[in-house]
Amino acid sequence: MINLTINDRPIEVPEGTTVLEAARKLGFTIPTLCHFEGLKPYGGCRLCLVEVTAGNRTLLTTACTYPVAEGITVKTDTIEVQEARQFVMDLLLSRCPEVPALQMMAQELGLAEPSYPKGDSDCILCGKCVRMCHEVQHASAIAMMGRGAKREVMTPFGEFSATCRTCGACLFVCPTGHIKDIGVISGKTPIPRLSEFNAGLIAQGNIYKTYPQAVPKEPVIDAANCVHMLTGDCGICSQTCPAGAIDFDQQDEKLTLEVGSVIMAPGFKTFDPSNLPAYGYGRYPNVYTSLEFERILSPGGPYHGHVVRRSDGKEPKKIAWIHCVGMRSDREGEHPYCSNFCCMAALKQAVIAREHIGQELDMALFYMDMRTPRKDFEKYMVRIQNQGTRLIRSRVHTVSPAADGDLEVRYVTEAGEVADEIFDAVVLSVGMVIPPDVVALAEKLEIPLSPNHFVEASCFEPTSTFREGIFSCGAFNGPKDIPQSVMEGSAAAAASTRPLAAARGTLARKKEFPPEQDVLEEPVRVGVFVCNCGLNIGGVADVPDIVAHSQGLADVAYAQENLFTCSQDAQAVMVEKIKEHDLNRVVVAACSPSTHSPIFQDMLRSAGLNKYLFEMANIRNQCTWVHLNEPDKATGKCKDLVNMAVAKARLLQPLDYITVSVNHRALVIGGGVAGMTSALALADQGYVVDLVERKDSLGGNALKLHTTWRGGLVKPRLDALIRKVTGHDQITIHYNARVEGVSGVVGNFTTTLSTGAAIDHGVVVIAIGAEPLRPEGMYLYKQNPNVLLSLDLDREIMEKSERLKTAQAAAFILCVGSRTPERPYCNKVCCAHAVENAIKLKTINPEIDVYILYRDMRTYGEREALYQRARELGVIFIRHHLADLPRVEEADGRLKITVTDQILQRPVSFTVDFLTLATTIIPHQNAPLAELYKIPLNAEGFFTEAHAKIRPVEAATEGIYLAGLCHYPKPLQESVAEALACASRANTILSKDFLQLESIISNPIDENCDGCAFCVDACPFQAITLLEYMKEGNLRKTVEVNPIQCKGCGSCMATCPKAGIYVAGFTPEQLEAQVDAALGLI
Amino acid sequence: MEEQYEPLIVAFCCNWCSYAGADLAGVSRIQYPPNGRIIRVMCSGMVHPNLVINALTKGADGVLVCG
Repeated sequence: MINLTINDRPIEVPEGTTVLEAARKLGFTIPTLCHFEGLKPYGGCRLCLVEVTAGNRTLLTTACTYPVAEGITVKTDTIEVQEARQFVMDLLLSRCPEVPALQMMAQELGLAEPSYPKGDSDCILCGKCVRMCHEVQHASAIAMMGRGAKREVMTPFGEFSATCRTCGACLFVCPTGHIKDIGVISGKTPIPRLSEFNAGLIAQGNIYKTYPQAVPKEPVIDAANCVHMLTGDCGICSQTCPAGAIDFDQQDEKLTLEVGSVIMAPGFKTFDPSNLPAYGYGRYPNVYTSLEFERILSPGGPYHGHVVRRSDGKEPKKIAWIHCVGMRSDREGEHPYCSNFCCMAALKQAVIAREHIGQELDMALFYMDMRTPRKDFEKYMVRIQNQGTRLIRSRVHTVSPAADGDLEVRYVTEAGEVADEIFDAVVLSVGMVIPPDVVALAEKLEIPLSPNHFVEASCFEPTSTFREGIFSCGAFNGPKDIPQSVMEGSAAAAASTRPLAAARGTLARKKEFPPEQDVLEEPVRVGVFVCNCGLNIGGVADVPDIVAHSQGLADVAYAQENLFTCSQDAQAVMVEKIKEHDLNRVVVAACSPSTHSPIFQDMLRSAGLNKYLFEMANIRNQCTWVHLNEPDKATGKCKDLVNMAVAKARLLQPLDYITVSVNHRALVIGGGVAGMTSALALADQGYVVDLVERKDSLGGNALKLHTTWRGGLVKPRLDALIRKVTGHDQITIHYNARVEGVSGVVGNFTTTLSTGAAIDHGVVVIAIGAEPLRPEGMYLYKQNPNVLLSLDLDREIMEKSERLKTAQAAAFILCVGSRTPERPYCNKVCCAHAVENAIKLKTINPEIDVYILYRDMRTYGEREALYQRARELGVIFIRHHLADLPRVEEADGRLKITVTDQILQRPVSFTVDFLTLATTIIPHQNAPLAELYKIPLNAEGFFTEAHAKIRPVEAATEGIYLAGLCHYPKPLQESVAEALACASRANTILSKDFLQLESIISNPIDENCDGCAFCVDACPFQAITLLEYMKEGNLRKTVEVNPIQCKGCGSCMATCPKAGIYVAGFTPEQLEAQVDAALGLI
Repeated sequence: MEEQYEPLIVAFCCNWCSYAGADLAGVSRIQYPPNGRIIRVMCSGMVHPNLVINALTKGADGVLVCG
């Protein structure tokens, strides 16, 4: 090792290091244009001049070529050095006066204008490109030619180089922008490598992260395009990576895993509309797929969230969406099913596009049937329509080019007229397709697929393939959106772990921590670790300066910088430093505590410290990233943020970890299919289950269902399910029982039933179902015996009623009582159910006339096949409007129905023998149960989930799960999947012996509290109760905090007039200290 | 020339919303002046009025309670 001094600071570096490298290690900036890590030192630009004193000799020399020597002293910023650099810059700028990078550097060196006659070159002959091409790429496609004033970078003989691979490294390293086009070197046009994540809309480097939040987050090298991997040349990345993380020797590995079950979740790809000539995708640049447009709308997308056209970069003012592209079609190359998610996705894109572009954006959605059957989707659609987005029911005929990149959309209006309209851009809502490699994999695994390549499964086991031990979820099971995919993922987890229950937890590894040292009596010794985060922090702020500043703060015993503080090796070093310097408070100045504090808190525990003795200074997300162009101010702010963190850290106290034991018993409310499925799944996992049913028998609504939409009979499967549940020795069934009282929280509930039973349990699944609306007074319901509800018809079919064989005509009216302002939701089940029953009627009696009066035909997903089949059988579909409902009258013992046909635009009448009303599904009286378990209901009275997308079966209160119709109307198959998902989520609690809770909660100070109870009302979590007790003969009042219910929000602390309660880890003193530090007072 | 006065603003940001928002501003590289000093709180509801008054009397040019 060599010792030297740079600007009076000593440093020790390995032999062979240059002065430039040593100075940079200390954080000194030396300007240079020709230096590049990975290239040999060149000394070409002469800007890095420094003053070196060796012995009694002092000279000005280039830092990039001068190797360190023992005992030398270096000055990087003397007057002489500055003057010399200015002179060099003067010459460079005179030669290339128009190069912005030089102008900026000249300004930094105090030079406004060159003193010599101005040249017109933009090459400073630094030789970076030539050296890169020769030394690193070994291509030597370019070289320095000519001498003196005629020296220039050229290809051999001025001809196109045969050895150039168009790698672009020369262009990349050129500091002045002299090399603009690799085409002039190679004579070839490089093909950009397109970003797959951004739907090929922009190019992406060969070393890339798929997307910013990718898991794993490490960048990858595309081996198919990497010069090093293809030829052995280059490899520059491995030399410039400061962490030395590049490993070219990594190989694909084949792993053999022994598993008990397999879950298939291979996903989908979108339909490629290139082969549909009518829509011009691929020919007209402003026709997009919905996936491309999704990326354009994204702030992380190709245009950073600016909605601009591919052809001219202009913001579109008029956009059309075309639904069902490639879908619901029997043409060659298209698909007969509906993709389920796209109607809503197009509506969402319309909303976001308007947010980006403004209210003036004119939007038209061309759809066939608007399929928005999920919870709250209908309201969303109505709202968008009310905001002026045009929803046009029409299948677009053609898209053809108009002037200036615009597009002409030709379609037929509802009135039957041909219309042409010009749009700035057209978005094709493309559907979901299972890719061929997935189909091949399924064939290899012998999993039966439907003709559309989705998994064939029973509605009672929606995530089990027909091959034992293999389960599936997501789009592979049939087209679906995100919430349903998330829910099904949990369902598949429950189904796949059921046969493995005995092995649960046997492969789990538990992290062990050493005992925590007692720091209460110890003097405070703070350690500060400042992260460079590569260049994310170090590239803007002066990290060595921040470290030096930290070392000077009171109580700071140790400070150092890290390249990447979150890396595994840095963690190990920090544990050592904590022990070596007896640190008992730790500050990490890096990124955000939201993402990284768990990592560092684990590190503290590994070092034997309580995890709450930790504080972060957020100097990346909230400093260097947002002050990229103000490095000095950013450094100043970083120091302040460290001051603030240290000020708080000084006052941090270890906190007790709060754990509660978990009761492993589960309560399931509701004995329908959903409730029974959940109960059985949990019981099979080994938990004791109490199933509560309000009636005297199990089965619920499914007792009245004839078949599922796939055609399977419900009764035998339902009977089997009931037999399993009633025969299971882990399940206790409470018939004729209702919930009357609830206390406790997750892990430890107590529920009292109307039967008097009090059940202690850890979790609860609510699956209490719903009921059909009985539309008294509408369509002669209850007035004429031939007017039925959907389930009545199911019963008649089950009982093989005589009139089904003899009737001449039958009708269905859909959306009875639903999709109205009073009940603005769709039932999701009625369309498919009615169509399915229409097919049954036609099968029983092919001569019967069947009419279906509908508003939008919502046979979503593969249910579309039912719609197709019904039409083939001659079922007559008549669309009507909410504003013009059908009329039903009695006529000669039959029923006369009059409805305005939307295609004919005139009323039509026909007579039928019986009429089936698909009435809306309404919730039971859910309010009392919601009140007892403190979970919210939506406006229509259905239970509300914690988060529609990411927590679809969990209630907002922990430990409570929702399945089936009580959450929202849905078909049996989806209720079953939800029930399984509930079991899966519940298992995450029940499988634990203890729950660890956050210790950042409120703590009353008994001597300050006088029991005024202001905090009791302020607490949004009902976590505080008032206590009265006798002390020395006097009545004392104080408050008590339930540590399980308290979330540490501190509303109590801000309300208390007597400083009688505080939040641990956020005490008034700690916050005050942060304020003082922010204001520079400490 | 006299230097422009640079105010100092103390911001109390809720861990769950505005503090996360400030993080997101970073991820999105949204540039703003470096005059704010964010103090993370578990909820804007925990910021006692005294804390705000003290900050102002001790010299803060502004206090932002965000949640």
